[in-house]
Amino acid sequence: MRPDAEFFPRDPADHPPAYSPVYKSSVLRSPRFPLLSLQNSLSEVTGPVFGATDIGPLDHDLILNYVQSGEPIGERVIIHGRLLDGEGRGLGGMLIELWQANAGGRYRHALDTYLAPIDPNFGGCGRTITDAEGNYSFRTIKPGPYPFRNRVNDWRPAHIHFSLFGSGFAQRLITQMYFEGDPLIAHDAIIATMPDPALRDRLTAKLDLKASVPLDTLAYRFDMVLRGRRQTRFENKLQGS
Amino acid sequence: MDYLPETPSQTAGPYVHIGLIPRQAGFEIFVNNLGERMVTDATRGERIRIEGRIFDGAGSLVRDALVEVWQADAHGRHNHPADVQEGAAHDPAFHGWGRAGTDFATGIWAFDTIKPGAVEGRSGRGRMAPHVSLWIVARGINLGLSTRMYFGDEAAANEADPVLNLIDPARRGTIIAARGGRDGAVVYSFDIRLQGEGETVFLDI
Ligand SMILES: [Fe+2]
Repeated sequence: MRPDAEFFPRDPADHPPAYSPVYKSSVLRSPRFPLLSLQNSLSEVTGPVFGATDIGPLDHDLILNYVQSGEPIGERVIIHGRLLDGEGRGLGGMLIELWQANAGGRYRHALDTYLAPIDPNFGGCGRTITDAEGNYSFRTIKPGPYPFRNRVNDWRPAHIHFSLFGSGFAQRLITQMYFEGDPLIAHDAIIATMPDPALRDRLTAKLDLKASVPLDTLAYRFDMVLRGRRQTRFENKLQGS
Repeated sequence: MDYLPETPSQTAGPYVHIGLIPRQAGFEIFVNNLGERMVTDATRGERIRIEGRIFDGAGSLVRDALVEVWQADAHGRHNHPADVQEGAAHDPAFHGWGRAGTDFATGIWAFDTIKPGAVEGRSGRGRMAPHVSLWIVARGINLGLSTRMYFGDEAAANEADPVLNLIDPARRGTIIAARGGRDGAVVYSFDIRLQGEGETVFLDI
């Protein structure tokens, strides 16, 4: 394995702790033993590679990708940004997947029983491959807030779930994106697993009027960062490199 | 110098299936359901099934999790440009990655795959015993959990494995799966315990 294939280690301060009693589901689903820290091997620096042929032409457009009888109801929004590594380089060719509730806060899911109705024209999932500079963009309907079982009056702020692949399996990450200015952010138990306001800010998309389509669709900007690969600072070139 | 911090992780929540395995959520939307099928007729290697359940700290079944696997091919090669091991090229009929949800009723997750070969270790000298990397997300898991599954019938290779040797012998068994069979097929059983008695060894990779 080439030394420059290795990833920088993950900093636990960048993530919510596994055991976060404010989010009750974490209490019994968090390991008690410390994680065993491993230096990367080939098993971690490699990972699945995806390409444009793995996905369909409408997969990134949630307004159109589940149309049955017309377009879905709700606020039309573009979510766009860049996927970067720790040194600010764009990560091209990476698979980004997302899922969300509809405008009423209801998921198209066998186990979601919230009383808000399913939108017949909204699936609620999409995916794309980043371009060579790491840019991505989705078009969707702004999701509504919804109640969830934690404390009896807990509501999730509007959010979109993101699943990210880097080029190595060690970079695998799932997160959630929130919308700037949402008053529920201050009350959410899942956001409260991150006491540091800097972390909350990193997950909050900013209104991006310049990227909006006049008379058509508002836009929000959301950049995401995955762990970077170590660079060989000392130019002791390896054979074959 | 300033480095950009990694984006914070958030739980995948109870509805992760919608985005990653929509068929299990109850609908069809994509032509290509990624990670659903790992092996074709052309794939080289011994066909195996890996299956298990996931338990929480109270011993209850976790039925809403998603598991992904990543592994080398039958000759220990990864379908990835960073795999620069000497020898044969990787098997073009094996991608090496799969994803599956735990069944909403039984809590069982399963992968039909091939048994991987041994992979060159970090140092480039010793080889790592055959293993599969796993990544587990679910409601209540704030940062995806990583582990490995080793094969119970590879005692000699496991004995020499550099990762297993970092683990307290009393806990090693939590990531070694027993080989068994059902209806003539090879099945490795790998239950995962998130917390408490028999807690699975999870890795900070
Ligand atoms: Fe959600």
